Amino acid sequence: MIEIRRTVTWREEIYHEFGPPAARPLVRGAVAAVLANPYAGHYEQHILPMMEALGAVGLDMGRQLLNAMDVTAERIESYGKGAIVGGAGELEHGALWHVPGGYAMRELLGWTNDGGAGRGQPSGQPSGPASAPTGGAASGQPSGQPSGQAAGQADAQATAQARKGNALAIVPSTKKVGPPGATLDVPLTHINASYVRGHFDTFSVTVPGAPAADELVVILVMAAGGRIHQRVGGLAASAISRWDGLR
Amino acid sequence: MADDETGARALLRKLIVQVDETRREMGRPVTPPTRRAVAIAVIANPYAGRYSENLDELIAIGEELGGLLGERCVAALGITPSQAQSYGKAAIVGEGGELEHAAALLHPKLGAPLRKAVEKGAALVPSAKKLGGIGAAIDVPLGHKDAAYVRSHFDAIEVRVSDAPRAGEIVVAVAVTASGRPLPRIGGLQAHEAKGEDGLH
Repeated sequence: MIEIRRTVTWREEIYHEFGPPAARPLVRGAVAAVLANPYAGHYEQHILPMMEALGAVGLDMGRQLLNAMDVTAERIESYGKGAIVGGAGELEHGALWHVPGGYAMRELLGWTNDGGAGRGQPSGQPSGPASAPTGGAASGQPSGQPSGQAAGQADAQATAQARKGNALAIVPSTKKVGPPGATLDVPLTHINASYVRGHFDTFSVTVPGAPAADELVVILVMAAGGRIHQRVGGLAASAISRWDGLR
Repeated sequence: MADDETGARALLRKLIVQVDETRREMGRPVTPPTRRAVAIAVIANPYAGRYSENLDELIAIGEELGGLLGERCVAALGITPSQAQSYGKAAIVGEGGELEHAAALLHPKLGAPLRKAVEKGAALVPSAKKLGGIGAAIDVPLGHKDAAYVRSHFDAIEVRVSDAPRAGEIVVAVAVTASGRPLPRIGGLQAHEAKGEDGLH
């Protein structure tokens, strides 16, 4: 089912944007894989097998991205994901990337949702008969939350619980149907608290020549810091306190 | 050299390395996959907004970037310099500059340090240049590094930087590959037949 035609990686070092040069340049990176879309050209009701198959792709891409960025997982502070569906496919095919793309990155960054309620629908580990609930997670309540458990408990306990892991926040995403060479603006937010304002960012991804009509482009993005001259206030990364994935 | 380096580095706003790998083409496996890298610098244009007869600053920056970008490509491909197969270069000048600024970067001095980064490099480094707005794309031409007539290695890599060039900037790209095109089959001089002495054959 998985047939990867091409991969592309990007590593950016940002020194400044006409303000004071950073002591250490901001490193951002993206990886895109161009895949055959097995559902191109017809309506297919049952598309979840592809979602499960994508799990391994997500993990491979996440590792490839960290390698291309030449930074350790510990330095990653924000992330995002996206998909571009070629013209013979439908938007829903892009939605297949929510769960495997998000969980792949979160697992690589140290997420441990071991709270007893199962691991949600983690990356591509075939979750056996879990297809039905997985579908719900993909469309309604995308990958992101480490279960409501940590948020629902007393602060201290929640903190202790949640901080066992990392990558607590939902992975923001965009997707669209597009022509070869389409550009997708992939949003980035902080890996542990979506409201960290200095880490709201965007990475524009273009794969020249892709997707062809019968292809998908799936994308992961990570950054080792917030915007280079961030100064619009709001929640600072150093002030994350709830460890609920939001604040 | 140290002074030049400091000067050029100070002008650098962004440095991007893009690597692409083609594993399948037209449904057929590409074995081994073709791999290409392009390193891109976004720099301030010291001559933006004015006519300057002398373009020495850009010539010096070009020399600096030839080595820096060439080395970044080779590193990103994970190859030794001698394993590089083709190369190319390009620049997009923001609207506050002129085409000749790209020429100053690319032609007088960029080539020597690039050739050092890829070992040898008997062939001309093919190039493209233009004026462009923010997010403009440019197709960086590629040719075999030692024998320009090697037909399997004529290629191009499309490059863009979403927020550059600003009016006072220049986007400079150097591409290096570890392969020719996927599934080349139009004959002509083959890489293994190339002598690599005159830069052409």
